[in-house]
Order: sequence, then structure tokens, then C-alpha cells
Amino acid sequence: MTTALPLAVKEETDSGIWSWLTTVDHKKIGTMYGVSGVIFFIIAGFEALLIRTQLAVPNGTIIDADTYNQLFTMHALMMIFLGVMPMGAAFFNWLVPLMIGARDVAFPRLNAFSFWTFLGGALLLTSSWIFGDAPDVGWFAYAPLTEKAYTVGQAMDFYAVGLLLLGVASTVASLNFVVTIINMRAPGMSWFRMPVFVWMIFVVAWLLILSLPVLTIGLVQIYFDRNFDTNFFNPMGGGDPLLWQHLFWIFGHPEVYVLILPSMGIVSEVLPTFSRKPIFGYSAIVFAGLSIAVLGFAVWSHHMFTTGLGPVPSIVFSASTMAIGVPTGVKIFNWLATMWGGSIRFNSASMFSIGFLALFTIGGISGVMHASPPIDTQQQDTYFIVAHIHYVLFGGAVFGIFSGFYYWWPKFFGRFLDEKLGQIHFWLFFIGMNLTFFPMHFLGVQGMPRRIYRYDADLGWETWNIVATLGSYLLGIGMLVFLYAVWKAYKSEPDAPDNPWDAPTLEWATSSPPPEHDFDIVPVVHARDPLWYNRDNNITQDDAPDEHIHLPPPSYYPLLISIGLLVGGVGMLTTLMVSALGVLLVFYAIWGWVLEPTS
Amino acid sequence: MLSIMKRKIIFSFSAIVGTFLTACSSWQTDPQTTVNPKSDMAHLIQDVYVLVSWLALIVFVVIMFAIVYISWKFRERPGVEARQFHGDTRLEIIWTLIPILIVVTIFIPTANAIPKLKSDPPANALQIDVVGKQWWFEFKYPELNITTANEIHIPVNTPVAFNLESTDVIHAFWIPQLGGKVDMVPGHTNKMWFTPNQARKEAYLGQCTEFCGTSHANMLFRVFVDEQDDFNKWVAAQQSVAAPAQSELAKQGEALLLNNVAFISENGSAVGCVTCHKIEGTTAMGVLAPNLTHIASRSTIAAGVFENNKDNLIKWISNPSSMKPGVSERTGGMPKYEDYLSAEQIESIVAYLMELQ
Repeated sequence: MTTALPLAVKEETDSGIWSWLTTVDHKKIGTMYGVSGVIFFIIAGFEALLIRTQLAVPNGTIIDADTYNQLFTMHALMMIFLGVMPMGAAFFNWLVPLMIGARDVAFPRLNAFSFWTFLGGALLLTSSWIFGDAPDVGWFAYAPLTEKAYTVGQAMDFYAVGLLLLGVASTVASLNFVVTIINMRAPGMSWFRMPVFVWMIFVVAWLLILSLPVLTIGLVQIYFDRNFDTNFFNPMGGGDPLLWQHLFWIFGHPEVYVLILPSMGIVSEVLPTFSRKPIFGYSAIVFAGLSIAVLGFAVWSHHMFTTGLGPVPSIVFSASTMAIGVPTGVKIFNWLATMWGGSIRFNSASMFSIGFLALFTIGGISGVMHASPPIDTQQQDTYFIVAHIHYVLFGGAVFGIFSGFYYWWPKFFGRFLDEKLGQIHFWLFFIGMNLTFFPMHFLGVQGMPRRIYRYDADLGWETWNIVATLGSYLLGIGMLVFLYAVWKAYKSEPDAPDNPWDAPTLEWATSSPPPEHDFDIVPVVHARDPLWYNRDNNITQDDAPDEHIHLPPPSYYPLLISIGLLVGGVGMLTTLMVSALGVLLVFYAIWGWVLEPTS
Repeated sequence: MLSIMKRKIIFSFSAIVGTFLTACSSWQTDPQTTVNPKSDMAHLIQDVYVLVSWLALIVFVVIMFAIVYISWKFRERPGVEARQFHGDTRLEIIWTLIPILIVVTIFIPTANAIPKLKSDPPANALQIDVVGKQWWFEFKYPELNITTANEIHIPVNTPVAFNLESTDVIHAFWIPQLGGKVDMVPGHTNKMWFTPNQARKEAYLGQCTEFCGTSHANMLFRVFVDEQDDFNKWVAAQQSVAAPAQSELAKQGEALLLNNVAFISENGSAVGCVTCHKIEGTTAMGVLAPNLTHIASRSTIAAGVFENNKDNLIKWISNPSSMKPGVSERTGGMPKYEDYLSAEQIESIVAYLMELQ
């Protein structure tokens, strides 16, 4: 029941707003993830600049206490769920099918559904600013502060419903990519010929599939506590606030790896290309990634060393946390060995990747430090931890993502990002990042707690705070430079060749940008670095293009189901009658989806 | 025999460790420092901390050096081709073993210290019960029959054991120079103990470190470590009941404060002070808010945020939320009394409070 689509005609009809709303093309969906991710990243960054401005001097008066608490909560939520995760999703949507030689993901309509549901959850969460009721309880939202008695408005309901929608989106996307990676690899693309990036996404998908249900339980329970007077986390009613912490961190710690592993994958692609040699210790890097994922589920209580755990759990969780340092170290050594003996070309992409190595290492080292509970009791909830997570998530995840932008931009859009601007961007980010976050180690050692909207003048914290604030402005300027580079690329002529970097992976075998059907001929893979193998062995793909390429037609049902879910979510915040409306819409759209002809 | 180069390297290591630890460790310039321990438990933590910091520094220097060296040495140059190799099992084993060795080195002293840090306090320990509340700390000495808020005195070289609880949300109890933090979780009783080893006039600073709502930043406390004699005097003073008001103004204030009917004005009505506050030896028997029996003996008000003086007390009673956001807004919080009392009335109450030595 499928139809061959004429190749050329399809390209030209593919524009206009309707084509975006109904698209099931993994590349367009990737672009939409990327655009929304960057927009939310900018908003969350702006929130951070407000925070830093308030903290520049003691007793800052620019922002009041409640607004400050909303700012740091929303900064974290937006960076994690609406900025870094979707930017990661942009890459895996774009790249996984291209890298494994597929024409799309396993379930293209489901993929569109994931994106629209993500966008719905993101808009719902962000709209809490407009209604003046943005969550102000920290992204970790520890009960019982989140109970109705202490958080009166709807801030916590926005949090719960928003994250539930985002969780649906991520779970569905993860299942989709697991099935895609298992089933849709090109002939010859065995597991151990897959690019490291694809491996890391495979791991990320499993992490999300296994950890999101735990968060979902917690979110439903807190929603019930607040709206139906249950007592899951309410000590007065026999509940236990620590239950929330366990549920949250069983999700929350794997989530850290969800944020960092895609960037580790990106770095594992960029470094070999610009070192002009294959990745060193491919299987070691893959197995290190897998063991990080497994161990990542056994360390959650290291977020809870100060909650009064007994000596045995403290020691056990300390040991498992330190153990994660081992595969992480192995990865860093292998990346260094990849560069060793190479002929390293320095450009924006490779500089961001090398920057990743340096900054992520610092975050890793400080992480091992507070894996020791005695030290953690002095560092927990101080700026030392703020420094640590930003070295991991900014120096790590975000640097990896920008490395990916500079590396794959010509593939995605057929245009290069300006190299000079890219290097300015890199240095602004690198210097700004270190000025902002390195002094926070000192502030932590000086005893400055996190999440405080003001501090007294005579505590010795002034110097490093002003340095950190100045550094954060450099980051803001760096982001403007990046946006200018994007604008410039958008305005330029598409002139990128298929494989401008002489890279080894399959996505560079097709045109830049790729046609809607990705590959004219499904490639055959002979080795781990297929394009280098083909180059060195003079293998060319000179067969005639596949005659019949069937692509799924556009569909508006994914969007419709997502709207139904969003309406359902809005109902959870207003009145359950609205939810019923949403459910009806969802059922209608599922009905249409099922009966929709595939041709 | 160390070569000059090696000595230089070791010297610069020490210099960086110096910046990292000792520069932040002077309590005169950094009164909330985490690396200038003044109790047995804080010393235990510090011993692990110093070892781990050294290892961290060495790893940091080695990896950063490797990144810079490799980037420079193998930069793209005309005529130099990349060497094509893709793995080495021996190397993989070696650099799996190196991090294992490092974390084991950290783990052993860690595992050693934890049981000591979590041990039961000695039987002769001075018992103090602490309750965290939005946004202040209540302290009770059950054996000495003292109740106070936000400021405590403890004797030097005597073990002190704390029972930590909360009646609303989660808070955390932390005096960096005297020990690591422990959370105060509603429904749980957490324990912590240490023996302070240096008496001094200046307070040891403490702060809530678990985010607990609007004024989390304004939830501070002070610990004074006294010589035994000074501590005994303090105890005796705290155990006495409040003296009756002396000055004329204070007498008016006393009458107003002890009045147990609501204050009524055109703005509505607000409960009187005695509903929530207690002053031993008077009819003020409230237990929800800080005990005021000896409020004038404390150096600060509003949980360590403001100096305890006339102006600040007047400002506090008039409009607490202007000093500490969220106080009047929360359920059961202190009302904005300027809506119900005249400036003269508030001044008279403050005159009385300032006599409560």
C-alpha cells in the first residue's frame, strides 16, 4: 500500500507553514527541535543573566526574593528540559537516520507527535511566567515545600503538568529511536560499526525509557497531594518527604547523563574527523558509555548524603558514585589518544570539542570530590556544586552541542557558519565560562550557599561574585555572536559540498542539505568509518538511484493528538471538564491516525 | 634529590592548593569558610578534603597539560600526515586502572570517616534540640530548661549533640567551621554532634542551606563557643525569668504586649503578641514564634539578618516583610503591626523588649 514518490517534485512542494505543521520528515522535525531548543536556551540564559546581575553585589535590590526564586527554578527547568534536551534531540533526529543509512525513523508520525507534545509541554511550562505563577521551588521541587500549604498558587501544578507532557514526548521519542537503531541500519552497518554518536543516543534513549516513569510517579503523586488531598509527601498525613527525593533523583541522576551523552557522542565524531584519524578505543568508549548508563541508576542517593542516611548507604552510594569516575576517565583518555599522532585542524567545531574535553574534565574532578560524603556535607548546596554542574552541563553538554552546530551546519543547511565568528564565539564562551563558573568553586569553599537572593556584605564573597557576573555577560555576548553567524549563514548562498571536512560517517555521503529521502541509494557499509574505507579502497557508489523510494506522507494527526494532550494538561490546571475535551480530541485524532492511508 | 624543575612544579602545586584552600580559610576575612575547622568532626572532614583536593589538583594539572601538549604537538602542519591507529588493549587496561587506583585512594579514608561522623554522641554531651521553621531556628536545651532562637552558646571542649527537626518544610543545619550540614526533615529526627575546640568572642556563622521558600536566604544563625565559666553565666542568665519593665515607656509596652485581646484598627484586627510569643515569668505563653524572654541578650534579630537595636526592632514590628520577605504573607506569619498599632505604641513595645536582658 505504498507509493513511489517522484523525487524532484517532492522537493519543490515542500515549503510553507503547513508543510512544517504536518511534516513527518526527521530532518524537519530535527530543525524544529533545534530552533525551539535554541530559543528556550536564550530565554533561560537571559534568566541566568538576571540572577548574576542580582548577585553581583551584596544585598542586591534589582530583583525581589520571590522573583529570584522563580528565576533560578525556571532557569534550571528551561535549560534542562527545554534547552539542552531538545538541542540534543535536534541532533539525534537529524543524524541517527543519516548515520545509519536510513530514510527516516521507524515511526515517522510518532516522531512528529513527540515534537509537538514537547512543544506543548514547553509552552505550558513557560506560560507560567505570563500567568505570574512560575514555579519557585527549585527544579528539584522538594516536598513538602511543594504542597498546597506552602506553595499556594498553581506554580507547582504548572511544574507537574508541564513535566508530565515533556515526559510523554521524551518517552515516545526514545522508543522510536531505539526501534530505529535496532531495525533500520543500512546493510553492513553492524552494531560495532555504528558511529559512537548513535551508540550514545541508544544509551540515552534507554536511560529515558527507564527513568522517566519514576519521575512520572512522583509528578502524579504531588499533583494528587495538591489537588485531591492525598498525603504521599505530607508528614502530617503519614507521608514522607524523602520519598519524593528518592523518586526525583532516581530520574534526576540518569537525566544528567541524558544531557551529557549526546555531547559525548558529538565529540566522538568531531575529534576523529579533525585529527584525521579513526577514534581510539572505539569499543572502550562504547562500553564506557554503557557502564555509565548502568551505574547512573545506582548513584541517586549521592544527592541525599545530608538527609540523614545511615553509614552503610552513605558508603555504598559513595562507592558507586566514585565508580562512575572510572568509565568517564577512560573516555577522556581515549579522546586524548584519538588526538595523539593526529594532524589536528583547529576550527570552531574542533575547538568547541577540545574545550569540552578540558571543561568536562574539571566538572568530573569536582564531581569525584563530593562523591565523598564527608566532603559533600561541606559542599552540598553551596556554590561549589553550582560550579560543578555548570562545568558538566555548560562546559560539557553545551560546548558539545555548539561543536555539533559548527560541524554539521553545512550538512543540515548547505551553508557554513562563519569560521571567524565561530572562533570569536568559542573564545567568548571559553573565557566567559571559566570567569563565571571557576570562581564559584572558591565561593563554595568560602561557604556561600546556593539559591539565596541576597548575601551580607562582610562575608568575603564580593570579589568572586562580581567576577562571575562579568563572566556571565561575556557568555551573553558570545551567544549574540553565534546568532549573528546563524543570520549570516541564512543569508548566504548554499555552497557546502557533500563532505567538506572529509569526514568518515554516512551522513556525509549524501548531498548538503540531504534530499527528503536522505539517500538516493541506500549505502552499503563495509567498515566502521565507511567513507574513509570507501576512499582508501576506491569504492564508489555508482549504481543508479533506487527507483522507488517510499516516504510516509505528511499527516496532521500527530499535531492533533498533541493539541489534545495539551488541552488535557490545561484542564488539569483549570477544570477537569476541559481535560475531558482534550481526551476526546486525542481519541478522535488516534482514530484518524489509525485509518489514515499511508499513501 | 629533586631537580630544580621538579621543585618548581611542586612549589606551584602548593601555590595552587594554597589558593584553593588556605586563601578561603581565614575566618576573619571569610567568616563562613568551610576549610578552617574548629571541632573534632570538622577536622575529620578536613583530613579527607585535603587529601582529595591534592589528588584533584594533580589530575587537573596532568589532564590540562595533556590537552594543551597534544593540541600543540599534533596540530596540522604541511607535510605531516596523521598516523592511522585505532586502539591498544594494554593502554586501555592501564588507563582503566589509574582512575580505579585514584578512587580507591579517596574511598578508603571516606569509608573510614563516615562511621565516625555518624557515630552516637558520648553520654556526657550537652543536648540541644533544634527545630527549623520558615525562616528561623528554635533552640531548646532540654536538660537546662532553656528555649531561645537563632543564637546559641555552647561550652568549648564539651561534646554537643543536636536533635534536628522541622515543623514545616525541609531546612538544613550547617555551621561550616564546626561540622558538615545535616538536613532537618519534617517527620524525621536527624542527629549531629561535635566537640568545639576553640572559644572565641566572635560568633561561628550558621545558615540554612536547603531551599525552604521565599526568605531562605534570610535564615541564618549564630553559635558562640564560650569558655566554661562564661557559658555557665549565660546559662544562669537564660534560666532566669523576665524582669518587670523599668522605664515608664517600657511599662506601657509591657502592658500592650501582654494584652491578650486582638489589636483592632480601621484596617481590621491582628492577634496580640502573646498568641505566638513566650516571655517566661509573664502571661505571654505562645509557642509558635521565637521565645522573647531574653531577646535583648541576642546580638541579632530576624534569624541573624539584622543587628538587634531599637530602630531595627521598630522596623521589624511595624512591617516584618520589609526586612524579611514573605514573613507576613505566610500562614501564621507575623502581621504587619503598623496597620494596627500607632508608632508610639510600637516604640513602647520595643522599649520593653530592649529591657529583656
